[in-house]
Amino acid sequence: MKPSRLIIAIPYLWLALLFLAPFFIVIKMSLSDLAVSIPPYTPQLDLSGGWEAITAYWAALDLENYTWLADDPLYINSFKSSLIIASVSTLITLAVAYPIAYALACSPQRWRALLVMLVILPFWTSFLIRVYAWIGILKTEGLLNQLLLSVGMISDPLTILNTNTAVYIGIVYSYLPFMVLPIYATLEKMDWSLIEAAEDLGSSRLSAFWLVTFPLSLPGVIAGCFLVFIPAMGEFVIPDLLGGSDTLMIGKTLWVEFFSNRDWPVASAVAVVLLVLLIVPIVLFQRQQQKLSEAG
Amino acid sequence: MRLSRRASLSRCSVVMVNDPNFRPWDDPNTKPLIDIQNVTKKFGDFTAIDDLSLKIYPKEFFAILGPSGCGKTTLMRMLGGFDAPTKGSILLEGQDLTGTSPAQRPVNMMFQSYALFPHLSVGENIAFGLKREKMPKADIKIRVQEMLELVQLSELEKRKPHQLSGGQRQRVALARALAKRPKLLLLDEPLGALDKKLREATQFELMGIQEQLGCTFVIVTHDQEEAMTVSSRIAVMDQGEIAQVAPPETIYEAPASRYVADFIGDVNIIEGRVSTTKENAVFLDWHENEVSLSALSDQSFTIGSTAWLSVRPEKIQIYKEPPQTNNAIAGKVLDIAYLGNVSTYHVELSNGQVIKAQETNAGRSANRGIDWEQSVWVGWSTDAGIVLSQ
Amino acid sequence: MNTRFSWFNATSVALGFAFLYIPILLLVIFSFNESKLVTVWGGFSTKWYSALLQNEAFLDAAWVTLRVALITATVATVLGTMAALVLVRSGRFKGRTLFTGMVYAPLVMPEVITGLSLLLLFIAIGMDRGIVTITLAHITFAMCFATVVISSRLVTFDRSLEEAAEDLGASPLDAFFSVTLPIIAPAIVAAWLLTFTLSLDDLVIASFTSGPGATTLPMKIYSSVRLGVTPEINALSTILISVVALGVIIASLLGKRADINREI
Repeated sequence: MKPSRLIIAIPYLWLALLFLAPFFIVIKMSLSDLAVSIPPYTPQLDLSGGWEAITAYWAALDLENYTWLADDPLYINSFKSSLIIASVSTLITLAVAYPIAYALACSPQRWRALLVMLVILPFWTSFLIRVYAWIGILKTEGLLNQLLLSVGMISDPLTILNTNTAVYIGIVYSYLPFMVLPIYATLEKMDWSLIEAAEDLGSSRLSAFWLVTFPLSLPGVIAGCFLVFIPAMGEFVIPDLLGGSDTLMIGKTLWVEFFSNRDWPVASAVAVVLLVLLIVPIVLFQRQQQKLSEAG
Repeated sequence: MRLSRRASLSRCSVVMVNDPNFRPWDDPNTKPLIDIQNVTKKFGDFTAIDDLSLKIYPKEFFAILGPSGCGKTTLMRMLGGFDAPTKGSILLEGQDLTGTSPAQRPVNMMFQSYALFPHLSVGENIAFGLKREKMPKADIKIRVQEMLELVQLSELEKRKPHQLSGGQRQRVALARALAKRPKLLLLDEPLGALDKKLREATQFELMGIQEQLGCTFVIVTHDQEEAMTVSSRIAVMDQGEIAQVAPPETIYEAPASRYVADFIGDVNIIEGRVSTTKENAVFLDWHENEVSLSALSDQSFTIGSTAWLSVRPEKIQIYKEPPQTNNAIAGKVLDIAYLGNVSTYHVELSNGQVIKAQETNAGRSANRGIDWEQSVWVGWSTDAGIVLSQ
Repeated sequence: MNTRFSWFNATSVALGFAFLYIPILLLVIFSFNESKLVTVWGGFSTKWYSALLQNEAFLDAAWVTLRVALITATVATVLGTMAALVLVRSGRFKGRTLFTGMVYAPLVMPEVITGLSLLLLFIAIGMDRGIVTITLAHITFAMCFATVVISSRLVTFDRSLEEAAEDLGASPLDAFFSVTLPIIAPAIVAAWLLTFTLSLDDLVIASFTSGPGATTLPMKIYSSVRLGVTPEINALSTILISVVALGVIIASLLGKRADINREI
């Protein structure tokens, strides 16, 4: 069945109204000013005031919030530190995920479905609960320190919780399946006789891996990196629960701005900047997905 | 024989495809079942079918033969109603089919992939179309049994498609497509997925079923042997056009062009100039120092025009001494291929062209005392070959 | 084949699974801890489970979450099926690029942005915030996940099955419901389960779009977790994990059946 216009229209309109339109409202909000009112911003559009009210409304919109963001080191530092944390944790996730994905692809056929399901399973359980689980492990009197102290590897408990290290662990842990699965998917489709051919032609096992396997798995690696990097940039729960007061991440800053300071215009400006930063990777990711889906 | 057991099912008179008297295309009074009139089909800039006209008669087993990309599948999909012609029209019993959906046409199709519904049992698959016809339940049951008997799968009614072998799936697909008693059955590479032995057996079964039901079959295939075996007529297609429509023996023995001659079976083609014509024999000068070659042709040729002599390898004899036949040429043995039932000799002529001659190995020893590099003569009679103008 | 699965591979898998599962395992173990100190074992007890059952605030939040998740999963799966049909079957149409963009972007969009933008939309159109707004927000991002799951199945769907149905006299709609839908049913069930857990799981978007009186379970958990680790949360987590694990096992069994169908 080729979808009729109605079938195209329903999801299209839904996404246009509830996904696309709100972004324009966010942009508009980022140009407004904070005010002590409900809702807490000005100007408010009053259509009953006629044309003058509308022009006055437009005139009151300005870029003040963006200059504010540029001047206050808190915001610049949040963006920078988000970028660093997201990039570094993406690389760590890749390093952890690749051997697992590779091993899954090499595993005997009859175990494979089960092993893949075991990788996906944690992804289905609550994100919040998985992050929460690490608090009990990482805190000063937590299980990790208890273990290390009892085997005598350390004499004083390590401070991990409420540091950036905990944030890295949290991101790698939470996003691991997103990296493993796309890499596994490309490796699984690979023709293993290529490796045998490379070895037959005189390359060592290691160079066969770097010259054949790894380049062929690149689409999966790239997809995985996007899937980890983009959401990690805007992550809130992990830095909030595992990071310390000096862990700056943009998602957390936005949250605090919105819920604690109730400064909606600045929160919106932060969101707009974050979106602008992410638009390039998001578009690249979509292109890649589309290419993959068209390739079937 | 199987056929006699099935005879009770048959409502229609038995018409043998291979009956030499079954030639409705030669009778101007016979109305065609399918009349394809100047059909063109374009996909964007690509022309898949180019101004094609064709008539298919009731009770024919009609084969559309061609290499992949020649437009044969497009032609079949237009008959089934899955694609609409860009120009031209298709008539069924004089009724224009334009704008009729596949569901409304008295035409059913057996898909190349069989397209069996994996979630339905064999019986439910066969009953699918009957239910859409709002046939009473009791009648559906009877018809399903009939069809299962026809394809000899009565015991497998409750099975799901994934529990069947390839050959059994093919039969279910056939039974499902025939269950609605279509006026025309389309078969898209129906035996392509079967191995060679099974394919040959199934070809004869298909013919049996077709004869028994008296339904018109149109088969699309790239396998020339299959087309030769099953069909009453073959349309050989080339790049969206029909190169020739004729019964199998005509296609083989009197091809209309080098393309058809080359597509069906093995052939030697020798280019030359027409020197003389005598009755229906044409003489060709093909090389300065050699005698002219002769063969038959229905076409008329002007003296001096370029023409091609086409002769099948099995009609060429190989000699150690100069023979007395019309077309005798000296050459040198380049290669001998022993195939068991026959041996093929590759003989190089003085102009460098290589002629294939095929000799039946009638005795147990294939040794004719002919060896590599040996000088030999090849020869054939005038009526063994045909002269082609294109 | 087995020769490729070396000791190195085995170690990678073992370490990987240890990393993935030990935290969850510890969480479950300590939900049965007698002691209130979550990290010190004080003997086996199920008292935190009974405490949980008497905690009205948690039960209320659970009920809200369940209702939101059920509606979200159902509506998102229907919309996702439509969107998947459009992506896979529609070919080129005006605005296709935008449509593809709107389907894939929410998959990676930071939740804070989605949440904030939806909240501002609801305020702009003067909608009272509560269960309805949370549900609308959840449907919006969940339908994109449903679309991806269903479209990946539709891509491999043999179109000649639908053509065969139409050839045998079925209307296009009849062909879709009697042939396509039963065959892609496992993907639809998987999409429903996925969207259900996504909704069940979401903290950030729900926090933005909820109003007074509509607190979801993750919001409740989050506010308690901020005050510290409690065995009650461990017990609640254990229940949620078991429910999800059960769901996934059922889904994968359904998937196995689907694989058999797909072999054709």
